Amino acid sequence: MSLRGDNLSLPDKFAAISWPFLLLITLVASIGFLSLYSAASGNIETWCAPQMVRFAIGMGGLLIVALIDIRIWMRLAYPIFGVVTILLVYVDIKGHTSMGATRWIDLGFLKVQPSELMKIAVVLALARFFNGATSQDVKNPLYLIAPLGIIGLPVALVMLQPDLGTAIMILASAGAMFFISGVSYWMFAVVAAGAMAMLPIAWHLMHDYQRQRVLTFLDPESDPLGAGYHITQSKIALGSGGIMGKGFLHGTQSHLNFLPEKQTDFIFTLFTEEWGLVGGLALLSLFILIIVYGYFMAFNCKNQFSRLLAAGIIINFSLYIFINVGMVMGLLPVVGVPLPMISYGGTAMLSVLFGFGLLMSAHVHRDVKVTRRGLDMA
Amino acid sequence: MNRDMERYKEFSRRTIIVGAAQGALFGVLIGRLGYLQIFQQEKFQTLSDKNRISLRLVPAGRGEIMDRFGVPLAINTQNFRTYLISEQTDSVEETLEKLSKIIPVTEADKDEVLAAIGKNRPFTPILVKENLTWEDMAMVEQNLPDLPGVSTEEGEIRSYPLNTATAHIIGYVGRVSEAEMTDDPVMMLPGFRIGKSGVEKKFDMTLRGQAGQIREEVNVVGRAIRDLSREEPKKGHRLTLTLDADLQMQCQEMLARERSASAVVMDANSGEVYALCSYPSFDPNLFSRGIPADIWEELLADETRPITNKAIAGQYPPGSTFKMVTALAALKEGISPYARVYCPGHYMMGRDKFHCWRPAGHGSVDMVAAIQQSCDTYFYDTGRKIGVDAIAAMARRLGLGQKMDFDVPGEAAGVVPDKAWKMKRYKEPWHQGETLNSAIGQGYMLSTPLQLATMTARMVNGGKDVRPILVRSIEDVGNLIPTWNSLGIPQGHLDIVMKGMSAVVNSERGTAHGARMTREGMSMGGKTGTAQVRRITAAMRAAGVKNENLAWKFRHHALFVGYSPVDKPRYVTAVVVEHGVGGSKAAAPIARDILAATLMRDPQRIRTVDEAEAEEARKAAALAPAAAAAVAPKGKKKGRKR
Repeated sequence: MSLRGDNLSLPDKFAAISWPFLLLITLVASIGFLSLYSAASGNIETWCAPQMVRFAIGMGGLLIVALIDIRIWMRLAYPIFGVVTILLVYVDIKGHTSMGATRWIDLGFLKVQPSELMKIAVVLALARFFNGATSQDVKNPLYLIAPLGIIGLPVALVMLQPDLGTAIMILASAGAMFFISGVSYWMFAVVAAGAMAMLPIAWHLMHDYQRQRVLTFLDPESDPLGAGYHITQSKIALGSGGIMGKGFLHGTQSHLNFLPEKQTDFIFTLFTEEWGLVGGLALLSLFILIIVYGYFMAFNCKNQFSRLLAAGIIINFSLYIFINVGMVMGLLPVVGVPLPMISYGGTAMLSVLFGFGLLMSAHVHRDVKVTRRGLDMA
Repeated sequence: MNRDMERYKEFSRRTIIVGAAQGALFGVLIGRLGYLQIFQQEKFQTLSDKNRISLRLVPAGRGEIMDRFGVPLAINTQNFRTYLISEQTDSVEETLEKLSKIIPVTEADKDEVLAAIGKNRPFTPILVKENLTWEDMAMVEQNLPDLPGVSTEEGEIRSYPLNTATAHIIGYVGRVSEAEMTDDPVMMLPGFRIGKSGVEKKFDMTLRGQAGQIREEVNVVGRAIRDLSREEPKKGHRLTLTLDADLQMQCQEMLARERSASAVVMDANSGEVYALCSYPSFDPNLFSRGIPADIWEELLADETRPITNKAIAGQYPPGSTFKMVTALAALKEGISPYARVYCPGHYMMGRDKFHCWRPAGHGSVDMVAAIQQSCDTYFYDTGRKIGVDAIAAMARRLGLGQKMDFDVPGEAAGVVPDKAWKMKRYKEPWHQGETLNSAIGQGYMLSTPLQLATMTARMVNGGKDVRPILVRSIEDVGNLIPTWNSLGIPQGHLDIVMKGMSAVVNSERGTAHGARMTREGMSMGGKTGTAQVRRITAAMRAAGVKNENLAWKFRHHALFVGYSPVDKPRYVTAVVVEHGVGGSKAAAPIARDILAATLMRDPQRIRTVDEAEAEEARKAAALAPAAAAAVAPKGKKKGRKR
């Protein structure tokens, strides 16, 4: 029927991979390497080299994921969601018994954060679910009970950790998935109204430090040496960078340790202190290119599952950026969301690359036919 | 397929909406980034610099004070100190407790440290103890690992080698009080001392120097990473005084014969003060190290006022030492010096009887004899003729009743009364009887020893408006001794007064004949004075109460002003012995010994340090062409050798 039928040979798949997209990702990751090199005051071993190794592994993984048929991923969607949910329950119990927020499972070579993986797993599961939904189905509120469960369960588990940033990201990307799947506008209006009504209850349920973060966000100058310190110092670093920046390895705020968490959540600040507005715009432009490219790939998919999966992954990726960059510039409270591909951290990098792998698989297998039930492999 | 087409359309519509929302969010991010990095760049740059740049002041050494021959009067000596930085220790009390086992730290010291910590920021070093011995210091240094937050410093402390002899002139330094605090950050340095009195106070800014500044880059915990710039401190200027340290010490010793006295020795022509003493004195070194409260209380309670510089701040009726002023005023008013006044031992003004100090009277005296014998009656009569305003005008011309703008702060202005002064002060008209009192330097009249010395200098130097000068030169600034102008008093008038003053000492009937100089080649002139502290009532006179039998504080002050040598006056002195009863007995001998010591040393004739240096420089300059000529052929030779 079409050029790319159900059965593509491996070389065909290789040729179908969008190499320019991978080049864009590599460019962004390289900015990350430079920033980590600078964060360690010109030392490669501290953060830069491990991050490069992870990126290499992640890129390898991405290619493998991309070559695996999209229908297999569709079949694996629920099992993956199930496994990650079990992992989340596991860390919650472990965290509970060890009295404190534990978010990862130590595999020796890597500390896996199930909550990071959950961001992709939820997108995968929702794409699978809405693939089977007709335009009429999604208008039916009762039909949406199951997908709401797909969101609710992980959000509840993540909130227990407690990890507000991830919970917000899952909620937001899942909400966007509902939206692009065609769920009626009025239902969003109802949910939005309900959420507003829930705010006081949510406030009540929040931990003290989370409340403090929100309060500090609303007025960072109220506590410049306490909880507002992060935001204030980050703004000083950013602002003092100016248009051209202070120069590579010359960021005073970061190298004199005024900037906290400079290799992880505040790496955008470190980068823009040294590279200025010019560097900041360049990095944001690369991100925008990736997003636009991703949507382009999503629109080219011939089946609903791939479209939803690709768009969901792109939305998830952009949420990382909005929350992280908004946070370091004082637009959002500090909630602990890394800058994708740049921040130091294994799981985030691997889960983002896994997501891009799925996106690429959707792209490679864009012409594959998928039934509503998704099991059509023949 | 159709169904999927429908879903695809819906997906596309919705995704474009999401994409638009994302585009808008990116717009917000970019806008925010631009706002922070363009419009707020300056503000955040400042904050960033404030974060990373720390200014550290390096104290400047205080300028030394020398006497005219280079004898040190105020110097800086080594001082070991320990500091505590409160943020570097978990428990200030515990650290102090440990420290007190190594060096003596009293409970009072601890309280002071705790109070200072409360007032300062946690990273400010607080002085715990200073003036430590080298051994104490070594002990502290050895135990530093056990003493978190403790640091040591080798600083400087001001010390005064001549101790009590120069305490009133040099003054002392001390910690900055709240009232003295200015914006100058140097005052916050823990070891900083400010001049509290004397030359140390008046020339504080000159002596203080310019603190150096180290701009250093610090990290978030305040640790210095590197120096950005370094400005070395500039030491304060060295002051050279006109003082002769040796003479000063001798004079101080001479005053010690009495319970409370002061004296000034100055150059009649230049105004240079060679010695200025106030006895008893105090140890200024105690003050610069922080004086114990009990000693301070004791000094304050002492009725001889050891802390006060009585030579400049003690105000006494000049008594008979004033009579030359009345004489000069009379001469100016055209009264003949040969006119005689008969003294029966008292003077009647209407029904009021004014006593001469000599109940038997002086008989018929002219001006010279009246000065010689200090006849009160003569001056009552003369004073009444010329009026108080004429007397007051001459007194002011000679330097009385005004501050001398002296180089030591704390001068008293004294009082020279006239009609306008009384009206202003007491809102009452002048009585003629008060003119009579003024004529003999009693009544409202008050003067300081410094003023009396100046008055004498102006009478014997040919009538020049000399003022006392204490600071001879400031290093890098130059000589401070001005030239003086004539007051316009005819030399003939001054000669008559000097003739009288010479007769006071050198003629048999002179009141200070007993204190004349007997040594070959030495001579002096002068005038005795006795200043009433309490009025002699008629009852006391009738009862024959002798002044020396009264309680010390009611006895008369004894004064003497003198100059030497008689033929070519150069040195003048003023001596006041508080409650010394009589000028001729108590003050004149001291004045004589002081002038004799001055003549022996003849400070004006000995080359001072700067004069010697100037001469060396002149010699070097004179030799320079010869030296240059000597060098030149050498160079040629070298060239030839190759």
